[in-house]
Amino acid sequence: MTEDMSRYPLHLEGDDVPMVRFRNVTKRYGPLVVLNQLDLDVSTGEMVTIIGPSGSGKTTVLRMLMTLETIDSGVIYVDGEPLTHMERNGQLLPASSKHIRRIRSKIGMCFQHFNLFPHMTALGNCMEGLVQVLGLSRREAEERSMELLDMVGLAEKRDEHPSRLSGGQQQRVAIARALAMRPKVMLFDEVTSALDPEVISEVTNVIRRLVGAHDLTMLMVTHQMGFAKEISDRVCFFFNGAVEEQGTPTKLFENPERERTQQFLNAVLDAN
Amino acid sequence: MIEWRWHLVWELAPRFVDAAGKTLLAAGGGYSIAVVLGLVLVLAQRTRFHPLTFAVREFVELIRSTPLLLQVFFVFYVGPQFGLVLSPWTAGLIAIGLHYGAYLSEVYRGGIESVPAGQWEAAKALNLSVVRTYRRIVIPQALPPAISGMGNYLVGIFKDTPMLSVIGVTELMHTATAVGAESYRYLEPYTMVGAIFLAISLPAAYLISRFEKWVRRTLGMVK
Ligand SMILES: Nc1ncnc2c1ncn2[C@@H]1O[C@H](COP(=O)(O)OP(=O)(O)OP(=O)(O)O)[C@@H](O)[C@H]1O
Ligand SMILES: [Mg+2]
Repeated sequence: MTEDMSRYPLHLEGDDVPMVRFRNVTKRYGPLVVLNQLDLDVSTGEMVTIIGPSGSGKTTVLRMLMTLETIDSGVIYVDGEPLTHMERNGQLLPASSKHIRRIRSKIGMCFQHFNLFPHMTALGNCMEGLVQVLGLSRREAEERSMELLDMVGLAEKRDEHPSRLSGGQQQRVAIARALAMRPKVMLFDEVTSALDPEVISEVTNVIRRLVGAHDLTMLMVTHQMGFAKEISDRVCFFFNGAVEEQGTPTKLFENPERERTQQFLNAVLDAN
Repeated sequence: MIEWRWHLVWELAPRFVDAAGKTLLAAGGGYSIAVVLGLVLVLAQRTRFHPLTFAVREFVELIRSTPLLLQVFFVFYVGPQFGLVLSPWTAGLIAIGLHYGAYLSEVYRGGIESVPAGQWEAAKALNLSVVRTYRRIVIPQALPPAISGMGNYLVGIFKDTPMLSVIGVTELMHTATAVGAESYRYLEPYTMVGAIFLAISLPAAYLISRFEKWVRRTLGMVK
């Protein structure tokens, strides 16, 4: 089953090209349709939060954008260029790994379980991509890494291995590591879910500081409704692999239109 | 009752020291081949080129399911019939290198599979190439869990070197047999072989477990 790609533009052009665009994106695992013809735009510098019930496809959206998953149909654009496809003789063809690597360099991601490299120090984790991917000298890489470790408040932990850091500290190193690569888009997948309640604010404070600073575009999946409400430019409520409802935090949390959104928010509020 | 003759032991000592050196050389040489070959085999099995992964998997199975002795004979005696004439040493090293390479590839595979998927994903999110991901992220983490298996096979290859005596590699076993044939004394030579094997195997096993702990500590992977 091959899709007719001619209905998708080769590039996005115009004044308001979004930083990220999902067009008609479908993702299946066997018979299970996880994302169903998803359309979603994120503007440059925007902070968009994704909320929704378990299994609604929130993580999958981020993973596809990070190219950790392939897509079954549709196109994802990043910074005006297709990510999942590339242009060849005026047509969109599946992207080569070289093309994917080029576009992927614009994206960074933080994971629920941090995924720091356990055999490297905090500094080593931050320097790894700078030296091995961007080709910076060790001195430049160290300088840039230290700026970021400083920004997340962990300069003095530079020589510690992850096993000797708390969860909150590990996640802050992971954020520094991702930011060191200077991505245009940052993805956060439930970055506070694995943390003890008392250290959650260490991490949310770092994210809070990223908002508005630079023109970093952010896409965040979270179960922390209060944080989502406070920090987001826009909140998307996912249900069954599609955006059921989206809007400003005030509108979505205080005046949800859709019944499923109301039910979800009530259930979450009850649980707290 | 046959009595133990110390003077024979002293007389034979130089020959046995020399033979022990050759045994170590055979074990070390075979192991070096196996360590590298095992890595090649495991990486080949993990490519997405299915004919290659299939061929390599079958090859590893074949090696693991047949006796080392047969493989030694095959390389040494069957090789020449296809125009591949090898000295006993070369044939012996190739045979044990292949044999243990197949086993080590399985040890490596276990080590690599013990590295969580999240590590691969983090490497990808940093845009590390596949080669760099292996070299910098996966192999260093696959190593500590693989070391005890690698150590077992190091001791194993050492203990299997007598197999090479059958094709004329003058290692310990070969020497002891030669002494027996010359002097009709078997007790001292074979006891000496046993003592030498013991004297090397036991400390080696201990050193390997120390080494494993040291690697874990060096990589910062102790809690
Ligand atoms: N590798 C996979 N193979 C099969 N099914 C998968 C796979 N990954 C995810 N799924 C399924 O896809 C659906 C969406 O998963 P996803 O992780 O995106 O949900 P989520 O919205 O992030 O949920 P949660 O809030 O629990 O994290 C789920 O039903 C999940 O079981
Ligand atoms: Mg999820």
